[in-house]
Amino acid sequence: MVDFSLWDIFRNLMLAARWTVLLSLIAFVGGGVVGLGLLLARVAKWPWAEKYVPCYVQLFQGTPLLMQLFLAYFGLAMLGLDVSAWVAAALALTLYSSAFLAEIWRGCVAAIPKGQWEAADSLALNFGEKMRHVIGPQAMRVALAPTVGFLVQVIKGTALASVIGFIELTKAGTMISNATFQPFKIYACVALLYFALCWPISAWSRAIERKLRRVH
Amino acid sequence: MSHLDFAAVLVQWPALLRGALVTLLLTAIATAGGLVLGVACGWARAWGPKPLAAAVGVYVELIRNTPFIVQLFFVFFGLPSLGVKFTPEIASVLAMVINLGAYAAEIVRAGIEGTPRGQIEAARSLAMNEWQVFLRVVLPPALGRVWPAMVSQIVIVMLGSAVCGQIATAELSYQANLIQSRNFRAFEAFIVATAIYLLMSIGLRHGLNWAGRRFVFGR
Repeated sequence: MVDFSLWDIFRNLMLAARWTVLLSLIAFVGGGVVGLGLLLARVAKWPWAEKYVPCYVQLFQGTPLLMQLFLAYFGLAMLGLDVSAWVAAALALTLYSSAFLAEIWRGCVAAIPKGQWEAADSLALNFGEKMRHVIGPQAMRVALAPTVGFLVQVIKGTALASVIGFIELTKAGTMISNATFQPFKIYACVALLYFALCWPISAWSRAIERKLRRVH
Repeated sequence: MSHLDFAAVLVQWPALLRGALVTLLLTAIATAGGLVLGVACGWARAWGPKPLAAAVGVYVELIRNTPFIVQLFFVFFGLPSLGVKFTPEIASVLAMVINLGAYAAEIVRAGIEGTPRGQIEAARSLAMNEWQVFLRVVLPPALGRVWPAMVSQIVIVMLGSAVCGQIATAELSYQANLIQSRNFRAFEAFIVATAIYLLMSIGLRHGLNWAGRRFVFGR
Protein backbone atom coordinates (compact mmCIF):
# COMPACT_ATOMS: atom_id res chain seq x y z
CA MET A 1 0.00 0.00 0.00
CA VAL A 2 1.29 3.38 -1.02
CA ASP A 3 1.10 6.07 1.59
CA PHE A 4 -0.86 8.96 0.14
CA SER A 5 -1.82 11.94 2.23
CA LEU A 6 -5.02 13.78 1.42
CA TRP A 7 -2.90 16.53 -0.11
CA ASP A 8 -1.10 14.01 -2.37
CA ILE A 9 -4.43 12.70 -3.56
CA PHE A 10 -5.78 16.16 -4.19
CA ARG A 11 -2.65 17.34 -5.97
CA ASN A 12 -2.62 14.35 -8.32
CA LEU A 13 -6.30 14.76 -9.07
CA MET A 14 -5.75 18.45 -9.83
CA LEU A 15 -3.02 17.50 -12.29
CA ALA A 16 -5.37 15.03 -13.99
CA ALA A 17 -8.15 17.63 -14.07
CA ARG A 18 -6.08 19.59 -16.60
CA TRP A 19 -6.82 16.86 -19.14
CA THR A 20 -10.52 17.01 -18.33
CA VAL A 21 -10.44 20.74 -19.02
CA LEU A 22 -8.43 20.36 -22.23
CA LEU A 23 -10.64 17.57 -23.60
CA SER A 24 -13.76 19.60 -22.73
CA LEU A 25 -12.42 22.63 -24.56
CA ILE A 26 -11.48 20.61 -27.65
CA ALA A 27 -14.90 18.94 -27.74
CA PHE A 28 -16.76 22.20 -27.10
CA VAL A 29 -14.88 24.28 -29.67
CA GLY A 30 -14.79 21.47 -32.25
CA GLY A 31 -18.44 20.73 -31.63
CA GLY A 32 -19.24 24.42 -31.96
CA VAL A 33 -17.58 24.63 -35.38
CA VAL A 34 -19.23 21.46 -36.72
CA GLY A 35 -22.54 22.38 -35.10
CA LEU A 36 -22.47 25.84 -36.68
CA GLY A 37 -21.88 24.25 -40.07
CA LEU A 38 -24.84 21.92 -39.57
CA LEU A 39 -27.01 24.79 -38.37
CA LEU A 40 -26.20 27.01 -41.34
CA ALA A 41 -26.76 24.16 -43.79
CA ARG A 42 -30.13 23.61 -42.23
CA VAL A 43 -31.16 27.25 -42.02
CA ALA A 44 -30.07 27.73 -45.65
CA LYS A 45 -32.54 24.92 -46.45
CA TRP A 46 -30.11 22.69 -48.28
CA PRO A 47 -32.22 19.66 -49.23
CA TRP A 48 -29.82 17.05 -47.80
CA ALA A 49 -29.32 19.05 -44.63
CA GLU A 50 -33.05 19.41 -44.00
CA LYS A 51 -33.36 15.64 -44.30
CA TYR A 52 -30.24 14.34 -42.61
CA VAL A 53 -29.31 16.85 -39.89
CA PRO A 54 -32.36 15.88 -37.80
CA CYS A 55 -31.32 12.21 -38.18
CA TYR A 56 -27.78 13.10 -37.11
CA VAL A 57 -29.11 14.93 -34.05
CA GLN A 58 -31.46 12.07 -33.17
CA LEU A 59 -28.61 9.58 -33.54
CA PHE A 60 -26.39 11.37 -31.03
CA GLN A 61 -29.17 12.39 -28.63
CA GLY A 62 -30.80 8.96 -28.69
CA THR A 63 -27.78 6.77 -27.95
CA PRO A 64 -25.49 6.59 -24.92
CA LEU A 65 -22.34 8.69 -25.09
CA LEU A 66 -20.49 5.64 -23.80
CA MET A 67 -21.48 3.66 -26.90
CA GLN A 68 -20.42 6.57 -29.13
CA LEU A 69 -17.01 6.51 -27.45
CA PHE A 70 -16.69 2.76 -27.92
CA LEU A 71 -17.72 3.04 -31.57
CA ALA A 72 -15.19 5.80 -32.23
CA TYR A 73 -12.48 3.80 -30.49
CA PHE A 74 -13.14 0.45 -32.18
CA GLY A 75 -14.46 1.89 -35.44
CA LEU A 76 -11.32 3.92 -36.15
CA ALA A 77 -9.26 0.85 -35.30
CA MET A 78 -11.25 -1.17 -37.81
CA LEU A 79 -10.44 1.36 -40.52
CA GLY A 80 -6.85 0.40 -39.91
CA LEU A 81 -5.97 3.57 -37.99
CA ASP A 82 -3.87 3.23 -34.90
CA VAL A 83 -5.93 5.41 -32.58
CA SER A 84 -5.09 6.57 -29.11
CA ALA A 85 -7.76 7.12 -26.49
CA TRP A 86 -7.10 10.84 -27.03
CA VAL A 87 -8.15 10.82 -30.67
CA ALA A 88 -11.17 8.58 -30.12
CA ALA A 89 -12.41 10.61 -27.15
CA ALA A 90 -11.88 13.94 -28.90
CA LEU A 91 -13.67 12.73 -32.03
CA ALA A 92 -16.64 11.18 -30.23
CA LEU A 93 -17.13 14.14 -27.90
CA THR A 94 -16.79 16.63 -30.76
CA LEU A 95 -19.49 14.89 -32.79
CA TYR A 96 -21.68 14.54 -29.69
CA SER A 97 -21.34 18.26 -28.90
CA SER A 98 -21.96 19.25 -32.51
CA ALA A 99 -25.31 17.43 -32.55
CA PHE A 100 -26.49 19.04 -29.31
CA LEU A 101 -25.26 22.53 -30.20
CA ALA A 102 -26.80 22.35 -33.68
CA GLU A 103 -30.14 21.52 -32.05
CA ILE A 104 -29.88 24.17 -29.31
CA TRP A 105 -28.97 26.86 -31.82
CA ARG A 106 -31.68 25.82 -34.24
CA GLY A 107 -34.20 26.51 -31.50
CA CYS A 108 -32.67 29.95 -30.98
CA VAL A 109 -32.86 30.76 -34.70
CA ALA A 110 -36.45 29.52 -34.79
CA ALA A 111 -37.27 31.92 -31.94
CA ILE A 112 -36.47 34.95 -34.15
CA PRO A 113 -39.77 36.51 -35.26
CA LYS A 114 -40.71 35.98 -38.90
CA GLY A 115 -40.85 39.73 -39.46
CA GLN A 116 -37.10 39.95 -39.02
CA TRP A 117 -36.54 37.51 -41.88
CA GLU A 118 -39.01 39.37 -44.07
CA ALA A 119 -37.45 42.72 -43.24
CA ALA A 120 -34.01 41.35 -44.12
CA ASP A 121 -35.39 39.94 -47.37
CA SER A 122 -37.02 43.23 -48.25
CA LEU A 123 -33.60 44.89 -47.89
CA ALA A 124 -32.32 42.41 -50.49
CA LEU A 125 -29.73 41.01 -48.10
CA ASN A 126 -28.23 37.74 -49.23
CA PHE A 127 -28.02 34.69 -46.92
CA GLY A 128 -24.61 35.56 -45.50
CA GLU A 129 -25.56 39.18 -44.79
CA LYS A 130 -28.88 38.16 -43.27
CA MET A 131 -27.11 35.77 -40.92
CA ARG A 132 -24.36 38.19 -40.00
CA HIS A 133 -26.35 41.38 -39.51
CA VAL A 134 -29.93 40.39 -38.67
CA ILE A 135 -30.47 36.83 -37.49
CA GLY A 136 -27.06 36.01 -36.00
CA PRO A 137 -26.78 38.81 -33.43
CA GLN A 138 -30.33 38.28 -32.16
CA ALA A 139 -30.04 34.49 -32.04
CA MET A 140 -26.72 34.73 -30.22
CA ARG A 141 -28.25 36.66 -27.34
CA VAL A 142 -30.83 33.94 -26.82
CA ALA A 143 -28.28 31.16 -27.40
CA LEU A 144 -25.69 32.26 -24.86
CA ALA A 145 -27.30 30.84 -21.70
CA PRO A 146 -28.13 27.35 -23.06
CA THR A 147 -24.75 27.15 -24.80
CA VAL A 148 -22.87 27.91 -21.60
CA GLY A 149 -25.15 25.43 -19.83
CA PHE A 150 -24.24 22.78 -22.38
CA LEU A 151 -20.56 23.26 -21.56
CA VAL A 152 -21.34 21.70 -18.16
CA GLN A 153 -22.77 18.69 -19.95
CA VAL A 154 -19.59 18.38 -22.04
CA ILE A 155 -17.36 18.52 -18.96
CA LYS A 156 -19.44 15.80 -17.31
CA GLY A 157 -19.37 13.83 -20.57
CA THR A 158 -15.57 13.75 -20.61
CA ALA A 159 -15.73 11.57 -17.48
CA LEU A 160 -16.86 8.71 -19.74
CA ALA A 161 -13.60 8.94 -21.70
CA SER A 162 -12.02 7.27 -18.66
CA VAL A 163 -13.75 4.05 -19.74
CA ILE A 164 -11.74 3.84 -22.99
CA GLY A 165 -8.54 4.50 -21.06
CA PHE A 166 -8.20 8.26 -21.39
CA ILE A 167 -6.47 9.45 -18.23
CA GLU A 168 -8.44 12.39 -16.89
CA LEU A 169 -10.00 13.21 -13.55
CA THR A 170 -12.20 10.12 -13.16
CA LYS A 171 -9.56 7.69 -14.44
CA ALA A 172 -6.96 9.24 -12.17
CA GLY A 173 -9.37 8.78 -9.26
CA THR A 174 -9.79 5.11 -10.10
CA MET A 175 -6.03 4.62 -10.42
CA ILE A 176 -5.22 6.33 -7.12
CA SER A 177 -8.05 4.45 -5.46
CA ASN A 178 -6.60 1.14 -6.69
CA ALA A 179 -3.25 2.09 -5.20
CA THR A 180 -4.41 3.48 -1.85
CA PHE A 181 -7.68 1.65 -1.08
CA GLN A 182 -9.42 4.85 -0.01
CA PRO A 183 -12.25 5.00 -2.54
CA PHE A 184 -14.59 7.02 -0.31
CA LYS A 185 -12.17 9.88 0.16
CA ILE A 186 -10.94 9.79 -3.43
CA TYR A 187 -14.28 9.72 -5.22
CA ALA A 188 -15.49 12.47 -2.89
CA CYS A 189 -12.49 14.55 -3.99
CA VAL A 190 -13.15 13.70 -7.65
CA ALA A 191 -16.77 14.78 -7.31
CA LEU A 192 -15.71 17.95 -5.52
CA LEU A 193 -13.31 18.87 -8.33
CA TYR A 194 -16.00 18.31 -10.96
CA PHE A 195 -18.31 20.45 -8.88
CA ALA A 196 -15.67 23.18 -8.65
CA LEU A 197 -15.38 23.11 -12.46
CA CYS A 198 -19.06 22.90 -13.32
CA TRP A 199 -20.91 24.88 -10.68
CA PRO A 200 -19.52 28.33 -11.56
CA ILE A 201 -20.41 27.67 -15.20
CA SER A 202 -23.95 26.60 -14.24
CA ALA A 203 -24.32 29.69 -12.08
CA TRP A 204 -23.03 31.88 -14.91
CA SER A 205 -25.50 30.33 -17.34
CA ARG A 206 -28.37 31.00 -14.93
CA ALA A 207 -27.22 34.58 -14.41
CA ILE A 208 -27.22 35.20 -18.18
CA GLU A 209 -30.71 33.76 -18.41
CA ARG A 210 -32.03 35.95 -15.62
CA LYS A 211 -30.50 39.04 -17.18
CA LEU A 212 -32.07 38.22 -20.54
CA ARG A 213 -35.47 37.70 -18.94
CA ARG A 214 -35.26 41.04 -17.15
CA VAL A 215 -34.51 42.84 -20.41
CA HIS A 216 -37.57 41.34 -22.09
CA MET B 1 -9.56 -3.01 -43.16
CA SER B 2 -11.34 -6.10 -41.95
CA HIS B 3 -14.83 -6.91 -43.11
CA LEU B 4 -17.89 -6.56 -40.91
CA ASP B 5 -19.53 -9.66 -39.50
CA PHE B 6 -22.82 -8.89 -37.81
CA ALA B 7 -23.96 -12.53 -37.81
CA ALA B 8 -21.37 -13.34 -35.15
CA VAL B 9 -23.04 -10.78 -32.88
CA LEU B 10 -26.66 -11.40 -33.82
CA VAL B 11 -26.52 -15.13 -32.97
CA GLN B 12 -26.06 -13.95 -29.38
CA TRP B 13 -29.50 -12.30 -29.46
CA PRO B 14 -30.71 -13.90 -26.21
CA ALA B 15 -27.91 -12.15 -24.29
CA LEU B 16 -28.71 -8.84 -26.01
CA LEU B 17 -32.40 -9.26 -25.26
CA ARG B 18 -31.66 -10.01 -21.61
CA GLY B 19 -29.41 -6.95 -21.46
CA ALA B 20 -32.07 -4.72 -23.00
CA LEU B 21 -34.65 -5.99 -20.51
CA VAL B 22 -32.32 -5.31 -17.59
CA THR B 23 -31.74 -1.78 -18.92
CA LEU B 24 -35.50 -1.23 -19.15
CA LEU B 25 -36.05 -2.69 -15.67
CA LEU B 26 -33.35 -0.44 -14.17
CA THR B 27 -34.95 2.52 -15.92
CA ALA B 28 -38.44 1.61 -14.69
CA ILE B 29 -37.37 1.33 -11.05
CA ALA B 30 -35.25 4.46 -11.28
CA THR B 31 -38.15 6.35 -12.86
CA ALA B 32 -40.55 5.36 -10.09
CA GLY B 33 -38.06 6.18 -7.34
CA GLY B 34 -36.76 9.30 -9.06
CA LEU B 35 -40.24 10.73 -9.61
CA VAL B 36 -41.20 10.28 -5.95
CA LEU B 37 -37.91 11.77 -4.81
CA GLY B 38 -38.23 14.56 -7.37
CA VAL B 39 -41.74 15.50 -6.27
CA ALA B 40 -40.71 15.48 -2.61
CA CYS B 41 -37.64 17.62 -3.34
CA GLY B 42 -39.57 19.87 -5.70
CA TRP B 43 -42.10 20.48 -2.95
CA ALA B 44 -39.33 21.17 -0.43
CA ARG B 45 -37.65 23.64 -2.81
CA ALA B 46 -40.82 25.53 -3.68
CA TRP B 47 -42.98 25.25 -0.55
CA GLY B 48 -40.87 23.65 2.17
CA PRO B 49 -39.37 25.27 5.28
CA LYS B 50 -36.26 27.37 4.59
CA PRO B 51 -33.56 25.02 6.01
CA LEU B 52 -35.03 22.03 4.17
CA ALA B 53 -35.22 23.99 0.93
CA ALA B 54 -31.57 24.98 1.34
CA ALA B 55 -30.48 21.38 2.04
CA VAL B 56 -32.35 20.11 -1.01
CA GLY B 57 -30.76 22.92 -3.04
CA VAL B 58 -27.30 21.65 -2.08
CA TYR B 59 -28.26 18.10 -3.08
CA VAL B 60 -29.65 19.23 -6.44
CA GLU B 61 -26.61 21.35 -7.28
CA LEU B 62 -24.15 18.63 -6.20
CA ILE B 63 -25.78 16.01 -8.40
CA ARG B 64 -26.36 18.26 -11.41
CA ASN B 65 -22.75 19.42 -11.46
CA THR B 66 -20.98 16.05 -11.19
CA PRO B 67 -20.87 13.20 -13.73
CA PHE B 68 -23.14 10.21 -13.27
CA ILE B 69 -20.20 7.79 -13.50
CA VAL B 70 -18.56 9.45 -10.48
CA GLN B 71 -21.82 9.25 -8.52
CA LEU B 72 -22.06 5.56 -9.42
CA PHE B 73 -18.45 4.85 -8.41
CA PHE B 74 -18.98 6.74 -5.18
CA VAL B 75 -22.01 4.63 -4.30
CA PHE B 76 -20.45 1.32 -5.39
CA PHE B 77 -16.79 1.73 -4.39
CA GLY B 78 -16.88 4.58 -1.89
CA LEU B 79 -19.79 3.79 0.42
CA PRO B 80 -18.64 0.22 1.33
CA SER B 81 -15.76 1.75 3.30
CA LEU B 82 -18.44 3.23 5.58
CA GLY B 83 -19.84 -0.26 6.01
CA VAL B 84 -22.75 0.00 3.53
CA LYS B 85 -22.29 -2.59 0.80
CA PHE B 86 -24.41 -2.96 -2.31
CA THR B 87 -24.66 -5.46 -5.12
CA PRO B 88 -23.94 -3.89 -8.54
CA GLU B 89 -27.66 -3.89 -9.37
CA ILE B 90 -28.68 -2.13 -6.14
CA ALA B 91 -25.84 0.38 -6.50
CA SER B 92 -26.93 1.10 -10.09
CA VAL B 93 -30.56 1.65 -9.16
CA LEU B 94 -29.61 3.77 -6.16
CA ALA B 95 -27.30 5.99 -8.22
CA MET B 96 -29.94 6.33 -10.94
CA VAL B 97 -32.65 7.28 -8.43
CA ILE B 98 -30.40 9.85 -6.75
CA ASN B 99 -29.44 11.26 -10.16
CA LEU B 100 -32.94 11.43 -11.61
CA GLY B 101 -34.32 12.77 -8.31
CA ALA B 102 -32.13 15.88 -8.52
CA TYR B 103 -33.07 16.69 -12.12
CA ALA B 104 -36.73 15.83 -11.50
CA ALA B 105 -36.75 18.16 -8.47
CA GLU B 106 -35.85 21.13 -10.68
CA ILE B 107 -38.38 20.12 -13.32
CA VAL B 108 -41.17 19.68 -10.75
CA ARG B 109 -40.27 22.98 -9.11
CA ALA B 110 -40.57 24.77 -12.44
CA GLY B 111 -44.02 23.22 -12.83
CA ILE B 112 -45.12 24.16 -9.31
CA GLU B 113 -43.95 27.74 -9.71
CA GLY B 114 -46.06 28.06 -12.85
CA THR B 115 -49.25 27.55 -10.85
CA PRO B 116 -51.51 30.61 -11.02
CA ARG B 117 -51.97 32.21 -7.56
CA GLY B 118 -55.74 32.25 -7.96
CA GLN B 119 -55.94 28.45 -8.04
CA ILE B 120 -54.15 28.14 -4.72
CA GLU B 121 -56.32 30.85 -3.18
CA ALA B 122 -59.44 29.18 -4.53
CA ALA B 123 -58.39 25.84 -3.04
CA ARG B 124 -57.70 27.46 0.34
CA SER B 125 -61.04 29.22 0.27
CA LEU B 126 -62.62 25.76 -0.03
CA ALA B 127 -60.99 24.95 3.34
CA MET B 128 -58.54 22.48 1.87
CA ASN B 129 -55.50 21.95 4.07
CA GLU B 130 -51.96 22.49 2.76
CA TRP B 131 -51.51 18.84 1.75
CA GLN B 132 -54.75 18.76 -0.16
CA VAL B 133 -53.87 22.00 -1.91
CA PHE B 134 -50.51 20.62 -2.95
CA LEU B 135 -51.48 17.07 -3.91
CA ARG B 136 -54.86 17.78 -5.54
CA VAL B 137 -54.66 21.28 -6.92
CA VAL B 138 -51.03 22.21 -7.51
CA LEU B 139 -49.23 18.96 -8.34
CA PRO B 140 -51.33 17.29 -11.06
CA PRO B 141 -51.41 20.21 -13.53
CA ALA B 142 -47.80 21.07 -12.62
CA LEU B 143 -46.67 17.56 -13.61
CA GLY B 144 -48.77 17.79 -16.75
CA ARG B 145 -47.05 21.02 -17.76
CA VAL B 146 -43.55 19.63 -17.31
CA TRP B 147 -44.19 16.05 -18.43
CA PRO B 148 -42.34 16.41 -21.79
CA ALA B 149 -39.25 17.70 -19.96
CA MET B 150 -39.56 14.86 -17.45
CA VAL B 151 -39.77 12.31 -20.28
CA SER B 152 -36.58 13.75 -21.81
CA GLN B 153 -34.82 13.41 -18.48
CA ILE B 154 -35.99 9.81 -18.05
CA VAL B 155 -34.61 8.98 -21.51
CA ILE B 156 -31.29 10.62 -20.56
CA VAL B 157 -31.15 8.49 -17.41
CA MET B 158 -31.89 5.37 -19.47
CA LEU B 159 -29.02 6.19 -21.83
CA GLY B 160 -26.79 7.03 -18.89
CA SER B 161 -27.41 3.58 -17.42
CA ALA B 162 -24.99 2.21 -20.05
CA VAL B 163 -22.30 3.20 -17.56
CA CYS B 164 -23.68 0.72 -15.01
CA GLY B 165 -22.05 -2.06 -17.03
CA GLN B 166 -18.73 -0.75 -15.72
CA ILE B 167 -19.56 -2.07 -12.25
CA ALA B 168 -20.75 -5.40 -13.72
CA THR B 169 -24.50 -4.74 -13.78
CA ALA B 170 -25.62 -7.09 -16.57
CA GLU B 171 -27.40 -4.46 -18.68
CA LEU B 172 -27.20 -3.97 -22.45
CA SER B 173 -23.76 -2.37 -22.75
CA TYR B 174 -22.35 -5.02 -20.41
CA GLN B 175 -23.74 -7.80 -22.60
CA ALA B 176 -22.30 -6.14 -25.71
CA ASN B 177 -18.94 -5.98 -23.96
CA LEU B 178 -19.20 -9.64 -23.02
CA ILE B 179 -20.02 -10.64 -26.59
CA GLN B 180 -17.09 -8.72 -28.05
CA SER B 181 -14.73 -10.21 -25.48
CA ARG B 182 -15.69 -13.67 -26.75
CA ASN B 183 -15.74 -13.14 -30.52
CA PHE B 184 -13.54 -10.02 -30.91
CA ARG B 185 -16.25 -8.33 -33.00
CA ALA B 186 -16.13 -5.14 -30.93
CA PHE B 187 -17.35 -2.68 -33.56
CA GLU B 188 -20.27 -4.86 -34.64
CA ALA B 189 -21.29 -5.66 -31.07
CA PHE B 190 -21.39 -1.97 -30.12
CA ILE B 191 -23.19 -1.00 -33.35
CA VAL B 192 -25.93 -3.51 -32.57
CA ALA B 193 -26.15 -2.38 -28.93
CA THR B 194 -26.24 1.27 -30.02
CA ALA B 195 -29.06 0.52 -32.47
CA ILE B 196 -31.02 -1.16 -29.68
CA TYR B 197 -30.46 1.85 -27.42
CA LEU B 198 -31.68 4.15 -30.20
CA LEU B 199 -34.86 2.11 -30.66
CA MET B 200 -35.44 1.98 -26.90
CA SER B 201 -34.96 5.72 -26.46
CA ILE B 202 -37.37 6.53 -29.31
CA GLY B 203 -39.86 3.96 -28.03
CA LEU B 204 -39.58 5.14 -24.42
CA ARG B 205 -40.02 8.79 -25.39
CA HIS B 206 -43.12 8.14 -27.50
CA GLY B 207 -44.52 5.63 -25.01
CA LEU B 208 -44.18 7.93 -22.00
CA ASN B 209 -45.48 10.98 -23.85
CA TRP B 210 -48.45 8.99 -25.06
CA ALA B 211 -49.09 7.47 -21.62
CA GLY B 212 -48.89 10.89 -20.02
CA ARG B 213 -51.50 12.31 -22.37
CA ARG B 214 -53.69 9.22 -22.37
CA PHE B 215 -53.79 8.20 -18.70
CA VAL B 216 -52.51 10.94 -16.47
CA PHE B 217 -52.59 14.48 -17.74
CA GLY B 218 -54.93 14.19 -20.69
CA ARG B 219 -58.13 16.10 -21.08
